[in-house]
Amino acid sequence: MPGFRALPGKAIKKGVFVSPGRITPRMRPAKERICDFKEVSLGYTEEEAVAEASRCLLCGACVKGCPVGIDIPGFIKAIQEKDFKRGYQIIKKHNLLPAICGRVCPQEAQCEAVCILGKKGDPINIGALERFLADHHADESIPRINENGHKAAIVGSGPGGLTAAFELRRAGFQVTVYEALHELGGVLKYGIPGFRLPDDVVDREIETLKKMGVEFLTSFLIGKTLTIDELLQNNDAVLIATGAGLPGYLGIPGENGIGVLLANELLTRVNLMKAYDFPRYDTPVISGKKIVVIGGGNVAMDTARVSRRMGADVVICYRREEKDMPARLEERLHAKEEGIDFQVLTNPVEILLNDEGRVRGMTLERMKITGVADDGRSRIASTKETFEIETDVVVEAIGQSPNKIIRENVEGLEFDKKGRIVVDENLKTTKDNVWAAGDIVSGAATVILAMGEAKEAARAIVEKFGG
Amino acid sequence: MRNTIVSKENLSEDVCSFIVEHPEIASHYEPGQFVIVRVHEKGERIPLTIVDADPEKGTIRLVVQGVGLTSKLMNQMKAGERLIDLLGPLGRPFHFPADAKKGLFVGGGLGIAPLYPKVKHFEGERHVILGAKDASHLILQKEMKAASFRLTLCTDDGSLGEKGLVTHAMQCLFDSGKSFDFCVAIGPLVMMKAVVEANKALGLPTFVSLNPIMVDGTGMCGGCRFDYDGEVKFACVDGPVFDGFKVNFKDLLTRSRQYEKQECRALEHYREKQSKKESL
Repeated sequence: MPGFRALPGKAIKKGVFVSPGRITPRMRPAKERICDFKEVSLGYTEEEAVAEASRCLLCGACVKGCPVGIDIPGFIKAIQEKDFKRGYQIIKKHNLLPAICGRVCPQEAQCEAVCILGKKGDPINIGALERFLADHHADESIPRINENGHKAAIVGSGPGGLTAAFELRRAGFQVTVYEALHELGGVLKYGIPGFRLPDDVVDREIETLKKMGVEFLTSFLIGKTLTIDELLQNNDAVLIATGAGLPGYLGIPGENGIGVLLANELLTRVNLMKAYDFPRYDTPVISGKKIVVIGGGNVAMDTARVSRRMGADVVICYRREEKDMPARLEERLHAKEEGIDFQVLTNPVEILLNDEGRVRGMTLERMKITGVADDGRSRIASTKETFEIETDVVVEAIGQSPNKIIRENVEGLEFDKKGRIVVDENLKTTKDNVWAAGDIVSGAATVILAMGEAKEAARAIVEKFGG
Repeated sequence: MRNTIVSKENLSEDVCSFIVEHPEIASHYEPGQFVIVRVHEKGERIPLTIVDADPEKGTIRLVVQGVGLTSKLMNQMKAGERLIDLLGPLGRPFHFPADAKKGLFVGGGLGIAPLYPKVKHFEGERHVILGAKDASHLILQKEMKAASFRLTLCTDDGSLGEKGLVTHAMQCLFDSGKSFDFCVAIGPLVMMKAVVEANKALGLPTFVSLNPIMVDGTGMCGGCRFDYDGEVKFACVDGPVFDGFKVNFKDLLTRSRQYEKQECRALEHYREKQSKKESL
């Protein structure tokens, strides 16, 4: 991954940072934001957006880095010309969820990674520009739809499901989306916290789909409430976009003690069930003075920052070095600003419990670097040196694999050893008229990759049935 | 309309039976499965065993004991009202051992409700032992009587049937020379633990149905995990019915206390709110 050198920069005026020219949106001060769940980044003002857009050479290199192929120079040119409505329309042609992508896409590894300005200085802040248009210049108009007489069912209302719903509805399908939880949005709601992606931003995008005539059914678990075969009886095509949804765990002693949570549980309780507002909301969550989070991905960062906002001192333990963490640089920086302690090259060995079975601490071992692995990350080994730390709560954020409910309740679908659905180059599964996209196909990945795949799958469905 | 309470019956002071409309759950239900329920906009998600289903009418039956905040709130609901969310049928269906002819069914307290569908669906000889703290908490007597070959009742205070624990009644059956092919035990963790220990000594295969703390109920959060013969199992997707000999009850007992303090706090908060309302 090419270097990302934009943060932190030097202040040109109060609150606005640039490093060779790049404008970083204003952030709420760490002290203030750890007291609530409101959004951290305030986004661009019009002045900032135009200034940032004006740095762009409009070469178009970035488009190759975008999994959904947004016409990036097109919308940036529109911002340069202050024709914001046109800019928004250009994004919307390729991407239904710009307010979401502008916030949570790993631009530094995609469009911004191939930005020509990044070769000598700092790339254009494409994500912030996308968000600016989506937040301030979204129009409520919906595309004209010519019904094609076909029906499609989509399983899951996360980023993949929503994207496919948009594409298929736009092509004229009658679309029904089935969601197992009581809220729409999948990982955008239960996983990503409101301070990174506010609920109302997600709801706004879903509202557009409803206006287009997409039908949504919540509390419908496909495989249980209805089967894939039943969906096929009433639909021409079924797209499975159920995400990952089965958490991994360490398998170390003490793991079932009181005060040990898997990240999904903590995030679901806080983000979806609003446990931070208990007892005004009925769902509680275990909290403590000190919380140790195990892992180095975006989920680990989200878990740590949620816990910080619940009032805890937070330590992140990661077995490699910080540069090896899968989490976005921005998330790591925000976590550190918020006072989260990074203990790298540490590996959990045991969770220590008191007589009541409550967490009292952890034993970790120190790791050392022994070389470089094929993927560029550090190769590590144990030093055999162990140490103890005190803590009230341990949260494991060490990855996810596909949920097994569909697998156990369907015939004719092929799965690989890791439980992922096997698909061809058009994301078509081994079962007639069933396609799949997102983490259920590729393993735990990102919002935008799920969207990219969902778009591909939708295109394949439209090709087969006609748009 | 889905989630509508069609009818409600008070089984005891704090136990209510609900018939709820949901055609898809009713038609896909198999014994052993459960639902997740939410009763209001700010409410939590709680698991409830499906006691019965009528696919033709498109309804399911739920029996709720008001112990925590959500179950108490649900018991205040009336026929015609709607549960805000109802998800199911969740978990794996329970299948009796092949060729089993004689079954022993042991239910304690609220475990009597989830035990009922197992009794009803077994085609061999059904011996049923039910226990509760007193006569008013011994629910579903009529249904159980109709469904069982032989029914023994016991209460802690002796207000109905024999005075004593279900394990004592089991011992009496064993002593009289009765033998069984399997046992299903559902009730509080300590009761199931005691039944499993007694049956282990006899080598009588015993199935238990677990009801730990859950959030989503679909295998996503891992909150309902526990140790099962050295392996981690999720009660929601791997169960809820398990081989009792392999269940680590100590682990489950610890985990069942995770939210004790918060559960009390939630009830206190609710009472404060109620008394404020009343004083207005």
